[in-house]
Amino acid sequence: MELIVASSVGVLTAGGVYLLLRLRAFPVILGLSLLSYAANVFLFASGRLVINAPPVLNKYGEAVYTDPLPQALTLTAIVIAFGMTALLVMVALGAFIEADDDRIDMTEADGAGAASRKDGAA
Amino acid sequence: MSSGSSLLPIIAILPFLGALIPGVMIRAGRTACASFTAIPTLLALVMLGVLAPAVMRGEVIQAQIEWLPQLGLSASFFLDGLGLLFAGMILGMGLLITLYARFYLSGEDPMGQFYTYLLLFQGAMLGIVISDNILLLLIFWELTSLTSFLLIGYWKHLPEGRQGARMALAVTGAGGLAMIGGMLILGNIAGSYNLTDILQQGDAIRASDWYIPALILILIGAFTKSAQFPFHFWLPHAMAAPTPVSAYLHSATMVKAGVFLLARMWPVLSGTDAWFYIVATTGLITMVLGALIAIFKDDLKALLAFSTVSHLGLLTMLLGLGTKFAAVVAVFHIINHLTFKAALFMSAGIVDHETHTRDIKRLGGLARLMPITAAIAMTAALSMAGIPLFNGFLSKEMMLDAASETVWAGSHLAVPVLATLGALLSVAYSLRFIAHVFLGPVRDDYPSKPHDPPFGMWAAPALLVLFVVLIGILPATIVGPLVAVAGGAVIGGELPYYSLKIWHGFNAAVVMSVIAVAGGLVLLALHRPLDRLWQVAPRPEAKVIFDWLIEAAAGLSRRFTEGLHNGAISRYLAIFVTASVVLGYIAWSGGGLAAPDRPMLPVPPVVAIGWILLAVATALVVTMHRRRFQALVLIGVIGLMISAGFVYLSAPDLALTQISVETVTIMLLLLALHFLPKDTPRESPLALRARDGALAIAAGGAVAALTLAFLLRDFAPISDYHLANSYEGGGGTNVVNVILVDFRGFDTYGEIIVLGIAGLTIYAVMETLLRGQAARRLRNTAYAQDRSRDRHPLMMVVATRAMLPIAIVVGVYIFLRGHNQPGGGFIAGLVVSIAFLMQYMASGFAWAQARQRIGYHDMIGWGVVIAGLTGAGAWLAGKPFLTSAFGYFQIPPIEEFELATAMLFDLGVFLTVLGAVMLTLYSLSRIARYAGETVNVEPMDYDPSQRVAAIGKGDE
Repeated sequence: MELIVASSVGVLTAGGVYLLLRLRAFPVILGLSLLSYAANVFLFASGRLVINAPPVLNKYGEAVYTDPLPQALTLTAIVIAFGMTALLVMVALGAFIEADDDRIDMTEADGAGAASRKDGAA
Repeated sequence: MSSGSSLLPIIAILPFLGALIPGVMIRAGRTACASFTAIPTLLALVMLGVLAPAVMRGEVIQAQIEWLPQLGLSASFFLDGLGLLFAGMILGMGLLITLYARFYLSGEDPMGQFYTYLLLFQGAMLGIVISDNILLLLIFWELTSLTSFLLIGYWKHLPEGRQGARMALAVTGAGGLAMIGGMLILGNIAGSYNLTDILQQGDAIRASDWYIPALILILIGAFTKSAQFPFHFWLPHAMAAPTPVSAYLHSATMVKAGVFLLARMWPVLSGTDAWFYIVATTGLITMVLGALIAIFKDDLKALLAFSTVSHLGLLTMLLGLGTKFAAVVAVFHIINHLTFKAALFMSAGIVDHETHTRDIKRLGGLARLMPITAAIAMTAALSMAGIPLFNGFLSKEMMLDAASETVWAGSHLAVPVLATLGALLSVAYSLRFIAHVFLGPVRDDYPSKPHDPPFGMWAAPALLVLFVVLIGILPATIVGPLVAVAGGAVIGGELPYYSLKIWHGFNAAVVMSVIAVAGGLVLLALHRPLDRLWQVAPRPEAKVIFDWLIEAAAGLSRRFTEGLHNGAISRYLAIFVTASVVLGYIAWSGGGLAAPDRPMLPVPPVVAIGWILLAVATALVVTMHRRRFQALVLIGVIGLMISAGFVYLSAPDLALTQISVETVTIMLLLLALHFLPKDTPRESPLALRARDGALAIAAGGAVAALTLAFLLRDFAPISDYHLANSYEGGGGTNVVNVILVDFRGFDTYGEIIVLGIAGLTIYAVMETLLRGQAARRLRNTAYAQDRSRDRHPLMMVVATRAMLPIAIVVGVYIFLRGHNQPGGGFIAGLVVSIAFLMQYMASGFAWAQARQRIGYHDMIGWGVVIAGLTGAGAWLAGKPFLTSAFGYFQIPPIEEFELATAMLFDLGVFLTVLGAVMLTLYSLSRIARYAGETVNVEPMDYDPSQRVAAIGKGDE
């Protein structure tokens, strides 16, 4: 099971990093989503893996509980990751609508000449 | 200690408090402004006077205000003889400068600002000389750099002023940085950051391996501040400041700070070969070089500036010699230099003020036109030259005496000869100052007709010159006790034999002195031909070198920055990922990893299938990410698998959160994709993709290895506390939720604020976007026309309408049970958002929006306010912020239930999450409206009842 979780985090990270390095806004957003999955699972897994022991107290007897703290931290992380993704989507959308282009590899020199080159490309 | 010890911190803070006054008082007029500037200085001086008798008796007054004692941080002050001498000079000169500046500054200069800067600077200087903690001293040290920047650049309209201020800041600031390093090393060796402790540990410090680095770093700080060669160049450029500033900075304060530090550290750092050769040699070179340049300067203030450099060199050399006698002479000369140099600067300012020029070549014969000024200036200059009956003579004689016995690298002649040369040059420029400005025939081409200034302007230099003469004639009576107590503080032990008197008998110093005066007179006579030679001789121009250095440093860092940060985000990210992997590898290979001690859990077939789904979906997202819709679908698969994983691994709360966030995220991305291109063009060449692929695999492998490494090892979590106290302390059995709303409620509070801000930012971005040209572009772009003709299908409208109350009930249920079972505000907020979202999808956003009563902004705001007030409510019960209270109630026929304040907090979370999510979608729908999306009047596009009616009509 540990191998499964570790390799999942690895696969998600690899995919996320690859997409992060693409040159358009949308794949980068996808890459960030994958990376946040990876980060959340990673954070969650830092409490170690336990099966059938949710951290909900049992009033009627002794029971084993998994570590609740990483879960609480991961829960807020998931929600914040959503907020940040949404913000990023909006900014990317704004940039695209303003510039009619969602490239993100523009250097500062490119930025100055972007308007003219864009017309040529269209 | 003494009863007056509480006065010390007050003295330290007074100038800073006083700095607030001039800006206000300037409205009451210039004299009122100056008077009110004098008050804090005067008060501080009076308090110092109260403490002075004890210090003169040899006591050390201490005051300490603890701040972070664990880190050795405290605001501690102490006053000994050296501190008293300097504090007195700083405050006394401050008063005189305040008076002088009142008359010097013209009506156009913003006087309130000037006095504010002056008091700030005075406070910083005062702080240096009475700090006990060296870290506090460093803060004041940097403050003098900053405030002197303001003072030197006071005439903002002059480019020289701005450049001079920048140069002073760069040089002294850089030195200050070096000194921070040196002081930290020193504190580390001594095991304390208190000067009083460090001063006791001279032997341990000198024996330490770290002595040399500490010494060099501290010396760089002192030398830059005190304008020692090769850092001397900033001082002449700082002359672009108004003359009161020059008089203050270059006589009593700023440049003396370096000398003060050398004196302060003398018992600890001096006495080694390294100290002697570095400090004495630097001082000697500076003394001769400064004096040489001074002779050929035509600008009055430049001449005085280089003479200051020369005298600072003299002081440094004296302290560098390392003998007790020389150290006492240095203290004596500090006093003398203050009196004559400040008077000279002020006189130069008067000359400039009256004749409108400082060019010596355009002056001469002023003695007859402005006799008072001439008398003051000539007395001070004679003292600077070291002529008997004036105080400069006494300390110069003693300096020559000390130099005559010094052996430098086996040579008995090097130091005495160079010291004599320095004295000779000093005579030459001092006499030139007298002869070429005040003597000679009266000219008729002064830029302005000169005459003596009003009393207020010459009062300050006159007082100083009075001291010059008094000390010169009766040294032991006037300053004897002060020199003794300050000298004793410097050397930290028995005073050596010395005597402050005019005639010590016929000794080597007298011979050297006579040679100096005679040689100086000869040089003055030969000045004209020598000057011509000097002007044509090539010599390095410090400012050009400095500018080149700064330019080169800036260019280098610019190239470096632009190489790394060229604006393309993929480059930063690649560098970032590479660096992380490399650093991670280095940490990993450091070893120290214990053997795995946690057995692996078995893998049931269902889990294996889930893993395969996840891995395949990720691989597909990567390979076909250019087809954006398909990629989104695959992302959904991954999210689902992760939720399932959470369920399996005992994290029901996470599973609920993940799956609801997943839904909202995908919808959001789908909406956004409507306006974005549907495909990503293939842009990166194969090599780039290979590089990125390698990087990604390296990163993924590293993270997987790290995860596996800690998963296989047990550790002692801190959450036993949470599990144990969740029910008794937080009143809930769902520990995750109790952690969120209680144990770590402050965290959660911060998180919902961030989420709220994200929502508001998205709204703001959208608003800005729709105001600009983007709005026009949106209207003119034809978006995909292949959308469904039946955008709001009947079945969906009916189904979502029926589901709305159910979904909301589910949301409420999840919210209510959250404290004891999986659920809570976060999840409930997301679930209710999804319920609303379905209405928007079914009938269009605008249609649903029209039926919405509460604004999303209000929800976010109320959410944060409710959560905050709930937390603050704990204060009423005398508990810390966010302590929750709870109780159990019974209202028949309902079962016993619990009410907790944590629930109110969770309500705040719920509202914020709901508001933020909905505001985001609302923003996207606004964009859609601009892009030509129509507003539905009816809930669905084809209403069957109306359609039947229409057909019926058609039949008729």
